[in-house]
Amino acid sequence: MSADAAQPHPTGAPGLARRLFASPALRKNLGAAAGLLGVFILFSILLAATRGLTFADPDNLETILRQTTIVAVAALGATIVIVSGGIDLSVGAIIALCTVVIAAALRAGAPPALAALAGLAAGLAAGALNGLLVTRLRVVPFIVTLGTMLLVRGVAKGLAHEQKIDAPKSWLNELLARLAPGHGWMLFPPGVWLLFVLAVAVGGLLLYTRLGRHIFAVGSNEQAARLCGIAVSRVKLAVYLLGGFFAGVAGLMQFSRLTEGDPTGASGLELNVIAAVVIGGGSLSGGEGSVTGAIIGALIMQTLQSGCSQMGWPNWVQEIVTGAIIIVAVALDRFRHRRAA
Amino acid sequence: MAERVASDTPGDRVDGAGLDPAESVARGSGSPPRVEVRGVKKRYGATQALAGVDLTVAAGEVHALLGQNGAGKSTLMKVLSGAVRPDAGEMKLDGAAYAPADPQAARGAGVAMIYQELSLAPHLTVAENVLLGAEPRRGLLLDRRAMHDRAARALDELHHPHIRPDAVAGTLPLAAQQIVEIARAVAVGCRVLVLDEPTSSLAQTDAEALFALMSRLRAQGHAIIYITHFIEEAQRVADRFTVLRDGGTVGGGAMAGATVREIVDLMVGRRVEQLYPHGARTPGEPLLEVTHLQGAPKPARASLTLHRGEVLGIAGLVGAGRTELLRALAGLDPVVSGAIKLGVHAGPASPAARWAQGMALCSENRKEEGLALGLSIADNLTLSKLPAVVRPSRRRPLTERWLRQLDVRCQGPDQPVGELSGGNQQKVAIARLLHHGVDVLLLDEPTRGIDVASKAQIYDLIDGLVTREHPAKAVIMVSSYLPELLGVCDRIAVMSRGRLGPARPAAAWTEAALVREAATGSDGEGAAA
Repeated sequence: MSADAAQPHPTGAPGLARRLFASPALRKNLGAAAGLLGVFILFSILLAATRGLTFADPDNLETILRQTTIVAVAALGATIVIVSGGIDLSVGAIIALCTVVIAAALRAGAPPALAALAGLAAGLAAGALNGLLVTRLRVVPFIVTLGTMLLVRGVAKGLAHEQKIDAPKSWLNELLARLAPGHGWMLFPPGVWLLFVLAVAVGGLLLYTRLGRHIFAVGSNEQAARLCGIAVSRVKLAVYLLGGFFAGVAGLMQFSRLTEGDPTGASGLELNVIAAVVIGGGSLSGGEGSVTGAIIGALIMQTLQSGCSQMGWPNWVQEIVTGAIIIVAVALDRFRHRRAA
Repeated sequence: MAERVASDTPGDRVDGAGLDPAESVARGSGSPPRVEVRGVKKRYGATQALAGVDLTVAAGEVHALLGQNGAGKSTLMKVLSGAVRPDAGEMKLDGAAYAPADPQAARGAGVAMIYQELSLAPHLTVAENVLLGAEPRRGLLLDRRAMHDRAARALDELHHPHIRPDAVAGTLPLAAQQIVEIARAVAVGCRVLVLDEPTSSLAQTDAEALFALMSRLRAQGHAIIYITHFIEEAQRVADRFTVLRDGGTVGGGAMAGATVREIVDLMVGRRVEQLYPHGARTPGEPLLEVTHLQGAPKPARASLTLHRGEVLGIAGLVGAGRTELLRALAGLDPVVSGAIKLGVHAGPASPAARWAQGMALCSENRKEEGLALGLSIADNLTLSKLPAVVRPSRRRPLTERWLRQLDVRCQGPDQPVGELSGGNQQKVAIARLLHHGVDVLLLDEPTRGIDVASKAQIYDLIDGLVTREHPAKAVIMVSSYLPELLGVCDRIAVMSRGRLGPARPAAAWTEAALVREAATGSDGEGAAA
């Protein structure tokens, strides 16, 4: 781009509106948000016209939010990983491992809080494994996490003796359950609130901390990061630890919904998670991506799924539509990039 | 076609006074020259890379193409090999018009380029590489035996039968890979071979073997264009030569009889001295002392002392090891042996430790290494020195102050740095060092690829660092642009094939002396590997 000799010197404080509009991150999310709105309006019209249903019903909205939470929480971790220029294919397996660990702990008589912590610890351990392998062996993350995907899945199956583990009911199961009557003041189940809190935390981490900016720098240009004295390996280790942690939280949510430890569950979920990040403007070559975008991406996919099933469309139609949306969303994003460049 | 050597045309020596080597060759022979280039121009943005180049090469001739870094040699070769289309001018091959659309078309017409970075497929065998794109087939299937035989024959013709056609190309030593690449060109019938700095990464014996091969190819009637920085090598191998300067042909002729001195004068030319700000410099105590620093493989036992308040220049050819020296100092490349004493700190250190000790590198390669182009100006400027919690409200005025001070033209701290012009990007890259407050700035080609106005600002900035700052900073500046080194630096040392010569006062150097030492080395030593 030309260096605009005509441009005046950096102005001190341009109007807030102009600054907001000039922020590329915001413009990017506006695109994704518009996409979400478009999908939503489309199904509202379709459902109203063909079946006389209201898509924008509060109950329906809450359901969509609840169903989005698992993918969205995992997408928080995946956003960090993808911004750093990495990828984590082991998310689905980690989620399954966590449900197994939590269920086993509960069945062994552990208090729910301790069981939940054990689940998170399992996620962190898996993330540490990914991070150590990526930084120590210098194998590309795609291959490392492809390996740990199988490895962690195997551990989960072994722990559960290849069976589902039933666990006694506890308050953990209310994390993502429909709100009980009388709890309407909460608006959303606690799990959804947890998602909001974590999203703000991760967004803040990425934008306003040294670690966050280092993650962006490593993803954008690893060599430049090294030149600036950033300990690239340590940043990557932190990235995969966080990825594992958020996969663990997603596992907790998954357990909350299923009330059981399922070593074969959440299979292929990592691809939905990656799709959410990418629809939300994340770039698999690193240096780009946002929490807001990833959550919008997850919402778009869930809204599609929900809309399709309420339309009574069979599963295969849903899959075709979802696949097409992923490709269109990313193609649009690339197109926008080329124009901007 | 008559075989032509330099002695056939004794009258065509040219010394830069406007004689045209093309005409002299054409006069001396009945048939048209194999390669004829006339008035070729090419402009990249604001840079006129080629400003009317003439080049004539006969069949059966080794023709050396000489010139300083940035003289236009690479661009000319890209034009010849079809990688770049010229803006103006004409080219002929054996008298027929030649305007290749792409490198494949050039190869089809018989012009092959042997690049510095070899372009073999490392996982394929030698035979597969030699016949890549021209594989013999029997019906639908590859004729492996014919492939093997043809590759073996091609290598045999080059007198290199010891390279086995079924060896995997990537496992061969570099010199052998180069031979394979030449065999590939010859096997598909190329009549013009362009060799770009072919000996820069070869050991002496491999270079000798390559020279012998070039003689054989010449005897077979091939035209060879041989690009090099090393004047002595050119004198040994080439029949004729052409010198480029500032994108134009400035002279050439028969190699026999031309002295190194004459050629250097042509390469350097008589330049109008530019004005470089040069405040009163009073070098203080030594800040950086390097003794016998050995990298892997460059630099080779380099020693230097840098004082507070001085600019030390390092001249040399591309690939001489100047960048490696700076990288080793900055902790980015491993140090094999030797000592680096930076103030109170001694011994090797990580990049982070070097920043903390007050020494950092501004990379010659803005796009690949210097800057994270997708991130904002503020991010890039403050990357080395971020507080644990980044507060945009604090960072913004800080960044803006640097942008004002260095006169960076931009929309503001949040603009992605990739959207700026080269000159403004470079200012941001240097501002990072200033923001961090390092004492020793290692500047690698700080004015490469930027506009003249920004260059002047950067010269002034460097001068200010060593004269107006208190306490003064110290700068090591690597540059291939000699007038700039002579104008900005207090002392200059020349690096040649990994070895760093002694630093002498800038006033004791001339451009010609720098070119000569860069091309020959202060002690005439061979490769440092």
